[in-house]
Amino acid sequence: MAKKPDLLPGTLDMLILKTLNRAPLHGYGIALSIKRLSDDVLTVEEGSLYPALQRLLLQGWVKAEWKMTETNRRARFYTLTAAGRKQLGIELTQYEQMIAAIGLVLKDAEV
Amino acid sequence: MNFMRSYARKLSILFGRKRFRNELDEEMAFHREQVKQDLVSGGMESEAAKYAAMRQFGNATRIKEQSQRVVGFSAETVGQDLRFALRQLRKNPGFAVTAILILGLGIGASVAIFGFVDAALLQPLPYAEPSRLVAIDESTTLFPRNNLSYPDYVDWKRLNKSLSSLDVYTGTGFRLRTASGTEPVPAARVSDGFFSTLGVRPMLGRGFLAGEDRPGGAKIVVLSYGTWLKRFEARREVVGETVNLSGDAYTIVGVLPREFAFAPRGNAEFWTPLLDPQECEQRRSCHDLDGIGRLRDGVTVETALAEMKDIAAQLERQYPKSNLGQGASVMPLAQLIVGDVRPVLLLLLGGAGLLLLIACVNVASLLLVRSEARRREMAVRGALGATPVRLVRQFVTEGLLLVAAGSLGGVLVAGWLMVLMKGLIPKAIADGVPFLRLVGLNAHTAVFAGGIAVLAGLMMAATPALRISFQDIRGGLEEGGRTSAGRFWRRMGASLVVVELALAVVLLVGAGLLGQSFYRLLHVPIGFDPEHLAAVNLIVPGNIYSKDEQKVALYREVIRRVSSLPGVQSAGLTSVLPVQCNCDTDWIRIAGRPFHGEHNEVNEREVTPAYLATLKARLVRGRFFAEAEDASKPQVLVINQTLARMYFPGEDPIGKMIGDDDLTSKSMRQVIGVIDDVREGAQDAEVWPAEYYSMYQQPDSYISLVVRTAQDERAVLPGLVSSLRQVDPNLGVYGEETMEQQIDATQTALLHRFATWLMAGFAVIALVLGVVGLYGVIAYSVSQRTREIGVRIALGAQRSSVYRLVLEEAGRLIAMGLAAGLALSVGMAITMSKLLFGVQAWDAETLIGVAAVLGFSAMLASYIPARRAASVNPTEALRAE
Repeated sequence: MAKKPDLLPGTLDMLILKTLNRAPLHGYGIALSIKRLSDDVLTVEEGSLYPALQRLLLQGWVKAEWKMTETNRRARFYTLTAAGRKQLGIELTQYEQMIAAIGLVLKDAEV
Repeated sequence: MNFMRSYARKLSILFGRKRFRNELDEEMAFHREQVKQDLVSGGMESEAAKYAAMRQFGNATRIKEQSQRVVGFSAETVGQDLRFALRQLRKNPGFAVTAILILGLGIGASVAIFGFVDAALLQPLPYAEPSRLVAIDESTTLFPRNNLSYPDYVDWKRLNKSLSSLDVYTGTGFRLRTASGTEPVPAARVSDGFFSTLGVRPMLGRGFLAGEDRPGGAKIVVLSYGTWLKRFEARREVVGETVNLSGDAYTIVGVLPREFAFAPRGNAEFWTPLLDPQECEQRRSCHDLDGIGRLRDGVTVETALAEMKDIAAQLERQYPKSNLGQGASVMPLAQLIVGDVRPVLLLLLGGAGLLLLIACVNVASLLLVRSEARRREMAVRGALGATPVRLVRQFVTEGLLLVAAGSLGGVLVAGWLMVLMKGLIPKAIADGVPFLRLVGLNAHTAVFAGGIAVLAGLMMAATPALRISFQDIRGGLEEGGRTSAGRFWRRMGASLVVVELALAVVLLVGAGLLGQSFYRLLHVPIGFDPEHLAAVNLIVPGNIYSKDEQKVALYREVIRRVSSLPGVQSAGLTSVLPVQCNCDTDWIRIAGRPFHGEHNEVNEREVTPAYLATLKARLVRGRFFAEAEDASKPQVLVINQTLARMYFPGEDPIGKMIGDDDLTSKSMRQVIGVIDDVREGAQDAEVWPAEYYSMYQQPDSYISLVVRTAQDERAVLPGLVSSLRQVDPNLGVYGEETMEQQIDATQTALLHRFATWLMAGFAVIALVLGVVGLYGVIAYSVSQRTREIGVRIALGAQRSSVYRLVLEEAGRLIAMGLAAGLALSVGMAITMSKLLFGVQAWDAETLIGVAAVLGFSAMLASYIPARRAASVNPTEALRAE
């Protein structure tokens, strides 16, 4: 069985924040959204997702509230807060710097 | 900010733990359901889809745990640490018991002393707005606080504007007829507003109404709570009943509440209005009252004092004869009540604090030794993935556990110590210190105990944490890699020992100085032989013995009966026992000398002819009174050396005449004898000039009997009391004690004794802890250097040089501790110099003595490991590793 690539360490929080930046979602929705947007490459393990959500709540980057889904079921929806949006910006910048740096190293190695 | 918010959320989750779990459950169930539906809509069977969803979702409990750990306080790991710590301590009970014992002693001593400090100095007096209450008296150069005279009081009350009320009190005594005979009971006479000035409302009935203290007023009385309980069976109907006091019927109008206490008259059982002025109260020159006042709003003690001084000066101009040099004294009432014990208590609190510090340092170094011994364990745990924080936390947990147990033990020790110390205070003194009632384990002491437990906990936590964070964990796994960490420990442990020794020196010096001054106090010349002397107080009922001749006949009968008791050699009566107070004074004037109205204040004592001889006072010149010298003969007096020196310098006083200010003929007395000073005042007070009148010429009603016995004076006390009762059952007889007991029970002696013994106790514990700590450091150092010593010996080092090696290390630490300690103690001694008597703060004898004691015991303690080092067998030492 082909092993799916793991998430880069430290990127899960950023992915969740980015996903929630579009619209409030419940946990399942977040996992599904990440999976679809990454063309089934990235799978968020539930074992990482729920602790991560608690961490984000604790930091005050997301808010949670119970709402009804379209199928009329109760689910906990997570919304990005202002602080969360700011944090997303920080993480994106850091991530881009990191990718650029790695890119530079790799390019140099090719030559 | 962020940290605060997340902490708040953690807290809210902690309290809504159940809700948090339910929400998480529901959220995850929803997730699983969605996955299942996806699979079903992809064509999977419902049942199969359910299992597939569960498989995909993974271990729900584990996810929940992980989520909980994010929001939790790592409570679970704390529990693990705690269990492990308990196991560790149980595995090593010697260490645990020692540490807990040391901490318990330190904390217990501090809490116990704090209990007294709190009761005496922190808790307010049991009156309304006690901070507005002041003690008001007159003052002279000899007495900074001198009793008020009644006419002065009336004028002060009328003229002052600083006080909303001014009232007076004075002690008195009644004879109360009880089932067992006539009992003298202490009482107080107060002005009408006394209780309302204090803001005390009787529990039953009423206090005194305005005007009820006037001469000729109705005889009424208010009972102390204890009296009501003890003598009136706590009956609520007593109000309105009458009680017979010294032959007069008094109507009981009220009972004071339980919490009422008035220290200056702490033992008073009955409180009556002033009513008819006594002989003394009719004269402006006779002082027998003390005042209390309530300051008006916005008036300070200083302004009140200034105004009272003005009034006193005005009265001095108005009545130059009686009021010459009579100033005013105004001080907070609290200062009057606890002023004497304040410095002693603070000193003892300081001493207990130092002891606690030594105890903590000692236990900290014990912990350090243990952490050293557990380096391997730490290294293994670290290698298996424990974070440094977690490792440090293990030690912190153990330290806190010890502190918790120690504090608990300490509180028990404190409770016991407080009861013990209260029990050591004689009843007569305890009556005057009503705050003793408040001493005990209560909210205040509990808070204090909690506070020092937290401080001790911080210290215990910091020491090993500091040590671990400096240490390279991997080093612990290496077999021979002990040198760097060992050196670190030696340095740290050594500095802790220096601190311990220095503090022990401070306590030893404190105890030494107090001991010295206590010794000097006990050996202050008192001018008589207190051994084999017994004393008892008498009240002569004035209504039965109203005439002077009757009193004198009674005195003669008392002495005759008592002298015939087996074992009694001689007996005498006096108006005031020696070594009690410079009080009951008289203003004298020498006949034939220029006189400008100055007040020559001297102690005045009325004594029977055999009294001075019974004391074994030394006659310097002239003679004692003759048995036949009574009112029918010319009036005579005996003076002490100090009076002779002050008023008859370079002359023979015998035959000179001494009288009152006006040299009225009935006051004139001829000096017939001079005695070596008999100490009338307290041991630490100056010796005053004193004059002794013959009691046969100047009878008294409140007197004391002194008898000299051949053997043990205690044995005659019961016989003494019963023979006095036989003389006349109406006599008030109380307070039978030996003279030595009387002297020991004076406040001065008591305070010194208490301070000395407690400080000595602290110092001894400190010395033991310091020396044991030193032993620990040296012994550890030797054990670490066994191999090195083995090599040295194998290479031909002499045993003596090994001794020197170890003892030099110890000597260095001892010298550092001594130097630091002696420097600190000089500072401490100067702050306590007020409490010292006859000894200087930098008393060389004490400092050298302390240095010798500590140095010797410390060297002894280091000799044991040195001996062990010198007897190392080189082959074994080298093979051991």
